[in-house]
Amino acid sequence: MLWIDLIVLTFVIFCAIAAITVKDLLATAILFGAYSFMMCLLWAVMGAVDVAFTEASVGAGVSTVFFVAAVFRTSRRTKD
Amino acid sequence: MTDLLPLIVAKYNYWLYVILMMIGLYAMIAKNNLIKKLVGMNIFQTAIILFYVSIGYKVDATLPIIQGAHGGQGAAIQAADYINPLPHVLMLTAIVVSVATFGVAMALAVRIYQRYQTLEEDELRMRLSE
Repeated sequence: MLWIDLIVLTFVIFCAIAAITVKDLLATAILFGAYSFMMCLLWAVMGAVDVAFTEASVGAGVSTVFFVAAVFRTSRRTKD
Repeated sequence: MTDLLPLIVAKYNYWLYVILMMIGLYAMIAKNNLIKKLVGMNIFQTAIILFYVSIGYKVDATLPIIQGAHGGQGAAIQAADYINPLPHVLMLTAIVVSVATFGVAMALAVRIYQRYQTLEEDELRMRLSE
């Protein structure tokens, strides 16, 4: 229980750092989706199953779609 | 020092949430790209939501659905047997609000790009001061 929590939390932090450091906005979108799925896993571990469902559909699904749509309408280029 | 270490280890999840929150704050302040700033905002929000949900967690407790509710031998319900569902419900609303905020912010970023052909903050400042 504690170990699953700790491992997934570490993955979440790595995904967050990677999402803000990578120099391609499409890669940021995908890493942000991975971040949301890790978060969903964390909530399922903590017993918040309703929150996990919402995060999987809304956080990882809809927000990634918004993100990719916005990146295709703008540019993938970023300086930092 | 020897007293401090068990205290830190016992609340390890809070420390990791604070790290996550600081990553989000850093991205909001220091990143130059508007989309990166939005990602930072979302990371910050999810760190706060994680903190709240973890407050409601109890060790050796089960999901907040009453056991034997229809078989009814009238046993007393112990609050310690169930995870506190109140933070879950509040944070469910917060997730939906955060995705709505994200969508509106993305729409604004697309409009800014259509007008100025850039999403970088320094280029936008240069363009606005001309």
